[in-house]
Amino acid sequence: TPDPLITEVQEWAQGFGDGVDETPYGLPIAHERDVIRRNVEWLTADTVSSINFTPIHALDGTITPQGCAFERHHSGAIDLKKEDYRLMINGLVDTPLVFTYGDLERFPRENHVYFCECAANTGMEWAGAQLNGAQFTHGMIHNMEYTGVPLRMLLEEAGLDTAGDLKDKWVFVEGADASSNGRSIPMEKALDDCLIAFKANGEALRKEHGYPVRLVVPGWEGNMWVKWIRRIEVMDGPVESREETSKYTDTLADGISRKWTWAMDAKSVVTSPSPQSPITHGKGPLVISGLAWSGNGAITRVDVSKDGGMSWQTARLAKPGEKMALTRFYLDTEWDGSEMLLQSRAMDDTGYVQPTKAQLREVRGLNSIYHNNCIQTWLVRANGETENVEVS
Amino acid sequence: DRLGLGRAALPEEIAAWDGDVRPDGTGLPVGSGDAIIGEEIFATQCAACHGDFAEGIDNWPKLAGGIDTLYHDDPLKTVGSYWPYLSTAFDYIKRSMPYGNAGTLSDDETYALLAYILYSNDLIDDDFVLSNETFFDVEMPNADGFIIDDRAETEYAQWRGEPCMENCKPEPVSVTMRAMVLDVTPQEEAEAPAEGTIVAESAAQAEPEVVAALFDADLAEEGEKVFRKCKSCHQVGEDAKNRVGPILNGIVGKPAGAVEGFRYSKPMAAAGEEGLVWSEAELIAFLANPKDYMRGTKMAFAGLRKEDDLVAVVEYLKSFGD
Repeated sequence: TPDPLITEVQEWAQGFGDGVDETPYGLPIAHERDVIRRNVEWLTADTVSSINFTPIHALDGTITPQGCAFERHHSGAIDLKKEDYRLMINGLVDTPLVFTYGDLERFPRENHVYFCECAANTGMEWAGAQLNGAQFTHGMIHNMEYTGVPLRMLLEEAGLDTAGDLKDKWVFVEGADASSNGRSIPMEKALDDCLIAFKANGEALRKEHGYPVRLVVPGWEGNMWVKWIRRIEVMDGPVESREETSKYTDTLADGISRKWTWAMDAKSVVTSPSPQSPITHGKGPLVISGLAWSGNGAITRVDVSKDGGMSWQTARLAKPGEKMALTRFYLDTEWDGSEMLLQSRAMDDTGYVQPTKAQLREVRGLNSIYHNNCIQTWLVRANGETENVEVS
Repeated sequence: DRLGLGRAALPEEIAAWDGDVRPDGTGLPVGSGDAIIGEEIFATQCAACHGDFAEGIDNWPKLAGGIDTLYHDDPLKTVGSYWPYLSTAFDYIKRSMPYGNAGTLSDDETYALLAYILYSNDLIDDDFVLSNETFFDVEMPNADGFIIDDRAETEYAQWRGEPCMENCKPEPVSVTMRAMVLDVTPQEEAEAPAEGTIVAESAAQAEPEVVAALFDADLAEEGEKVFRKCKSCHQVGEDAKNRVGPILNGIVGKPAGAVEGFRYSKPMAAAGEEGLVWSEAELIAFLANPKDYMRGTKMAFAGLRKEDDLVAVVEYLKSFGD
């Protein structure tokens, strides 16, 4: 039978749509209103010190729209005007300096795409499969194009001669919010690729991402990407702040904990099909899609398994991997309608191969919380429904 | 080459912001306090979240206990059992606590609170005076419990090279665990109102006539924004529960200390028994400066400074009946 959507004149083909003044700053169309960040209420005591998750199951490509990019605050997202913003550099510098927002815009700037992943991403899955959705198991990540000033340039403006040998020096960075979220960063990294960023994906940072200025620490855990950054102190050692001792340290099975585990190791996940994005079209052509990233370099290859890791096929990378940025992969395949145990396995340009849960647990035990970069398994059933499982 | 941007930071400015305290004691201010003084401060400023004995309420951090649990399943990580340096606790409390009222503790108060936390962990006696001079007499049980990231040796070296592509594990692969079993995934709120449309409309159209006379919907909307400051401790509305603070449904006109199931401070309970009723005027006076209005209240909130905010938030609270 002919499709009435084609044979009959539709309302939208006859009358008018919205005028240009309807939503001067655009909003997603109402039909996409389920593509939102989500919170897992039981995780934290209070939404002001909490996290929500990027709907990675519903996105494609690699750039995360700011409105979908996960939020993590320790004292809520504060409202700080550009006019009220100050950045201080002090400590072992030649001249302690204060910059206004306007000052920052007068330094030469750079653009870079980087992923920002919370160290706790996938942390709830250490002891077993827990949450049914890529958004919840892997959604503490976003990937944006940042515009900002290299931290090196600001440090050099204040002068580092006073600091002497930079090899054993550190910077301590803190935010303007009540938590301040202070972190110590080795000078080598501070001078390498850290950015003092004020734009993301072309527009001002969102409040929840540190408007007007945040720190970008490529490849390293999201907690170090201090939002509303207000002070940088050059030091001869780390502060050993709350965020780098009592939190963001990884306890091993014997009770000893690793500290200074900054880099986010290579990781990947199939975003579709996944529990929130089941197969609805039956057998035939199927696009298996996912994301891969490494805090140690660029993704060089992603393999996909449909049988729980027995055999693997190399996926197609949408673009060659870029350093410390998300890489999109696709496996364009035929589904015969039978059950699948879907996995993906990333490799980066250091030769590192993403480990299985068993490999991670063998080294670290079950209590590490952070830095879980295991291979994820989705069980796709014959009806297309998909769930989070672990396999032998 | 320098661009000559920015200006020199003044010593007062550096002093105002540079408060970090380091493991070797750098930055530690002169001051002192003991657990007995600390307990009083803790009861009013910290216990609402961390419990009277630093044992933690609900999901809020536990600050005491857990020594010798780090190698168990689900270790209990507290200042006593896990934190390697005492300086970290001083640095954090002084800078970021009390929650929602950060940076208001004096140096002596910080020493006293820290002494109480150490006492709760059985790490000092109640007559121990913690000061910048006695700071390093305290031994942190997990001081040697940390190693520097060793992934390069223990992991990267092994997990490298050409990975297996065929017959990689024994057949058949079986499912050993399913997320469904635990069922802790948040449910989709499919029927939630379309964000920004229905909600905005009903607010804009406000309740007509009868209610309008008693209740200013625009002002209440302003108050809703102000109420964000209260939300971390107080809930209102249909599914509201007592949390750190009591439910505030119907609070305007209600006797003080009368919300069922909430454990009030002694002064608050007594005020209610003596007949204090939360009229609009009393609420405004309380919220302007809770600690001055009622000494000993559990409410750690510093108060609303702006008259407009006070009036608006009370108007917002009026919109929630019992």
